[in-house]
Amino acid sequence: MSTAAGADHGHAHPWYQAHHFKNMEQQNAANKFGMWLFLVQELLFFAGLFMAYASMRFFYPGTWLEAAEQLDKVMGAVNTIVLLTSSLTMALGVRAAQLGNNGQVAAWCAATLAGAYGFLVIKYLEYSHKIHVGLLPGKWFDFKELTQTNTDAPQLFFSVYFMMTGVHGLHVVIGIGVIFWIMLRALRKDFSPENYSAVENVGLYWHLVDLIWIFLFPLLYLVR
Amino acid sequence: MSTSTLDGVGHGASGTNYLNAKKGLMSWLFTIDHKRIGVMYLATVLTFFLAGGLFALAIRTELATPAGDIFSAAVYNKLFTLHGAIMVFLVLVPAIPATLGNFLLPLQLGTIDVAFPKLNLLSFHIYVFGSLFLLYTLVTGGVDTGWTFYTPYSSSSADGNVVAALTGAFILGFSSILTGLNFIVTVHKMRAPGVTWLRMPLFVWAIYATSVIQVLATPVIAITLFLLIFEKIVGIGIFDPALGGDPVLFQHFFWFYSHPVVYVMVLPAFGVMSETITVHSRKHIFGYTAIAASSVAIAAVGFIIWGHHMFVSGQSELSGTVFSLLTFAVAIPTAIKLCSWIATLYKGSIQWNTPMLYSLGFLWIFAIGGLTGLFLATLATDVHLHDTYFVVAHFHYVMMGGVLFALVAGMHHWWPKITGKMYNDTIGRVTFVLSFIGYNLTFFPQFVAGSQGMPRRYHQYLPEFEMWNQLSTLGSYLFGLSLFIILGYLLQSLFSGKAAPRNPWGAASLEWRTQSPPVEHNFEGDVVCTYGPYDYEAHRALKS
Repeated sequence: MSTAAGADHGHAHPWYQAHHFKNMEQQNAANKFGMWLFLVQELLFFAGLFMAYASMRFFYPGTWLEAAEQLDKVMGAVNTIVLLTSSLTMALGVRAAQLGNNGQVAAWCAATLAGAYGFLVIKYLEYSHKIHVGLLPGKWFDFKELTQTNTDAPQLFFSVYFMMTGVHGLHVVIGIGVIFWIMLRALRKDFSPENYSAVENVGLYWHLVDLIWIFLFPLLYLVR
Repeated sequence: MSTSTLDGVGHGASGTNYLNAKKGLMSWLFTIDHKRIGVMYLATVLTFFLAGGLFALAIRTELATPAGDIFSAAVYNKLFTLHGAIMVFLVLVPAIPATLGNFLLPLQLGTIDVAFPKLNLLSFHIYVFGSLFLLYTLVTGGVDTGWTFYTPYSSSSADGNVVAALTGAFILGFSSILTGLNFIVTVHKMRAPGVTWLRMPLFVWAIYATSVIQVLATPVIAITLFLLIFEKIVGIGIFDPALGGDPVLFQHFFWFYSHPVVYVMVLPAFGVMSETITVHSRKHIFGYTAIAASSVAIAAVGFIIWGHHMFVSGQSELSGTVFSLLTFAVAIPTAIKLCSWIATLYKGSIQWNTPMLYSLGFLWIFAIGGLTGLFLATLATDVHLHDTYFVVAHFHYVMMGGVLFALVAGMHHWWPKITGKMYNDTIGRVTFVLSFIGYNLTFFPQFVAGSQGMPRRYHQYLPEFEMWNQLSTLGSYLFGLSLFIILGYLLQSLFSGKAAPRNPWGAASLEWRTQSPPVEHNFEGDVVCTYGPYDYEAHRALKS
């Protein structure tokens, strides 16, 4: 163990390399690894919701069958397609960043943002219908055809539904923010084949948001 | 004396270092230097420890007599809730990883900083932001749920500002997650040339295992508290039996985080022990690989034993039995550590200085805390001991005694490195005697009272427990006094302590290679590591 002389590295860093990294290889690897760890904690965060879903479904299997019928399968399916498509456009954006084509990165980000907004609009239509007819969580539940007489605790299905899709929706909103940030940076021509880990990490995040929905859709809308 | 710059007695606080490189309050509050962030965490954590400690002394004062004469039952409930919430969320979780961990991790790995310095600063800001919610709870009348926030009491009938407390704990979780994430990436990607996995100091291994728990367990408490906030505000009913929900589900969620989190507290304490014991007995650590692996094993097994908090909650007997068995399993890696430290001491040249005394104190305290855990892991005895002072004594021995004695040992061990000053070791040793007696006098009688059936969380008790409680109260005053003395002589050393050399203890790990206190970018040059952190022979050979 010895300390060699010479604190200066003797060469200039590119502007996008942080001082405490030795080279871009190390920086990119650290960024990507950090993002994967962040996604792991996201999974654990959602795991609590999935566990709540599983427990409540186990307690009230009949309710789950009845209450799930109140969800709009068509809207859910359309939203799935919208979100999957936006994942594709995001992946194409990452590809463009790897090639250093900032104009294309911005364009694909815009397409992804369109998908994200589309998803939220459809979700808004679903929510407002549910709220209108009284399919509300917990103590607010007030839907005459699905009362305690023919199913146990239907309000819990909608508690789980609103919490799961709500937390997911919050992640979509955050996704819109970070994709917008990437778009602005692309318009500033920030990215190059050596410096694209921000795009890639936002892409990874967006795919996770997509992936969570891939589980939410069948569990809430389809499973019989 | 053939010293070189490697172990030079010169090169103390001369010239610039991380403390004086930049000036002004803003240069601290918005620093991205891991060392300064560690120091800020230390100051903040100790401030909250003072607050939590004063609540504890208030509790002990009430319990000095059997009658509930100083505080009403309602106020007493708030006192122990605030004591618990502050100590767990604001003190014990960040106590070692965010303070010593932040300061030491890059130094011990021979690198400039953590992988994400700005994220590190963000963690600190989130921590302070979250603590404001708990302070808000405090000044607006407190909360009386207990730090565990059990439903349905917390969601339907609790007194006080539960939502603010929950929001605070929720926010604090993200500070913990981001610190853990940062440290894991740092360990994987930032090690200096030559710092292989098996040349990492055991403190780094402990912090690494801790970080894994922080990243994997904390999000679960985050979603739990999130659901409980909605339970409280909106009435979603998932944890509310009146709406068909399940309060035991809350307990499962809660302990899925809150059991592993005791390892977030105590694994870094183990890490400190693995440094102080070998350095101050001048002997290579016994069983390096076993200690490193047992840190990871404790982290892994710690995830599947949460049910031992719920033996009387109505979970199935099968679950209870399995959780009991798994809980016993975690004693194995823990005992491996304890035995390895004792084997390190064997035939070592033990230095009876302050860090070593606190380390030996830790071994005593943690052995008692660990062994009494076995009584609680046993189903039949737990039914008797559940919610008695035996439990209180047990978790104070492991969480508070274990963590605090290790933190104090670590602070004394690295104080010269952090501040560049030597403290008065004689006062340190005398104070150790006081704190060790005070600590054991506080908590040992609680084992006795608890095993005789004294329940926890009551502001009055039956007269036959009076003697044990009075001993405990006396001990708590002694212990409190000793902590103030420690604070006093450490602060005094900042002004009149002797300048510390680079390596006052003759340690072989990397953080002692640089000057005390370190320069802003940690090392004067690039670091290349050629031998392990406890290889004192190679270290001496290089010097001569």
